[in-house]
Amino acid sequence: MTAEAVSTTRAPLIHPLWVRITHWINAVAMLLMIGSGWEIYNASPLPLFPFQVPKSITLGGWLAGALAWHFAAMWLLVVNGMVYVALGLVTGHFRAKLFPIRPREVIADLGAALGGRLSYEDLSVYNAVQKLLYFGVICAGVVIVLSGLSIWKPVQLQELTALFGGYDAARYVHFFAMAAIVGFLVVHVALALIVPKSLRTMVLGR
Amino acid sequence: MARLRKPIPGIDPRLLIKDAAKLLPDPSRRLFLRGAAGLGAITWLTGCDIIDSDAAEGALMKISRFNDRVQALLFNPNKLAPTYPASMITRPFPFNAYYQEDEAPEVDGETYKLEVGGLVDDKKSWTLAELHALPQETQITRHVCVEGWSAIGSWTGARLSDFLKRIGADTRASYVWFQCAEGYSNTIDMATALHPQTQMTFRFEDQILPRKYGFPMKIRMPTKLGFKNPKHVIGMHVTNKDLGGYWEDQGYNWFSGL
Repeated sequence: MTAEAVSTTRAPLIHPLWVRITHWINAVAMLLMIGSGWEIYNASPLPLFPFQVPKSITLGGWLAGALAWHFAAMWLLVVNGMVYVALGLVTGHFRAKLFPIRPREVIADLGAALGGRLSYEDLSVYNAVQKLLYFGVICAGVVIVLSGLSIWKPVQLQELTALFGGYDAARYVHFFAMAAIVGFLVVHVALALIVPKSLRTMVLGR
Repeated sequence: MARLRKPIPGIDPRLLIKDAAKLLPDPSRRLFLRGAAGLGAITWLTGCDIIDSDAAEGALMKISRFNDRVQALLFNPNKLAPTYPASMITRPFPFNAYYQEDEAPEVDGETYKLEVGGLVDDKKSWTLAELHALPQETQITRHVCVEGWSAIGSWTGARLSDFLKRIGADTRASYVWFQCAEGYSNTIDMATALHPQTQMTFRFEDQILPRKYGFPMKIRMPTKLGFKNPKHVIGMHVTNKDLGGYWEDQGYNWFSGL
């Protein structure tokens, strides 16, 4: 076979290499941030949510260890996230894959998804619910980084902290952004397991 | 002053008692790398076992040192911490230390002397009366604990930068080290020592600094986490050597700037 013939017979590329690399680096960074964040949370739970995260699912062992993990993994999360967002904007990836998001389509696709009538045949095109969730989790990612910065540096970055309503309010924003991301992860991982070929395409690209 | 243990309003004290036990490392296990599902997932993803690895702990500490340098660069010596009206003061202001409130050191104000040493011209020690005679000012600022909670308090005292000039300290030196009556200590960077809100504190909310808040003197730094604000300070050294500190030596980030 000629090279040309190979390229025409291979399945089309669904996820470019940069999407797959940043996706899996982000997966590692998020697990480290969430696990260590939960251990940090246990040191002083928010007054409105006075619970402890079970030790068995936290990272770091004690507060100093969790903080060390959190402030190490933040570099991985932020640098990788910035590469992802920059490439997503520059290559037109976001525009092509995520937009437009039409409310009517979201409602229709949500109904179809819950009724088990949504097709997963063509993984190269996102349905409206996927578009909304992926766009939403990118926004939550931006919010969790900015609220995290405002908790970490409430003096040097006090203008940012003020934007979130002050130090204590920024802790709640950080918490809710975490909850939104964890909620996304539950749905995302469950669907990846229900449609295993989606997992394959995020590894091999096709 | 280690602000690592004490209840704040609105939190279930039972949780905090359990919590306090968790803040100190379990000596039977590694400092940072206790079994965790998060870490288990990493092991599963990467196929390599980094649990119980000295290399991982060493790498985390290297990154923590790197974060010290980033924070020093981020530190603006002229940027003031936000101040608040007296109506926003947190009451009661939380007590927090690595010991119980009734175990706080009892320092005799009559015989107290602040020892001054290191790279300074005038090494004479200071009585409390001499310290109280220094020009003083009040700040109402937010105390942020490494645990995550915060509280607004009112502190009155002398600017540390004025005192350092008065004793002829070499302000080109890298560090100031504080020694406390209970054996606590920590080291701070010179830039923070010279910050206009870094204060040798003698009063809390218009009364002589109570024993639980660090009598007779604490160093108040609204630009650093609570545990970097030493209480019951009895010694001060200007130095080019990082002499560490109680919590820093156990793995907490050294700079811990806000």
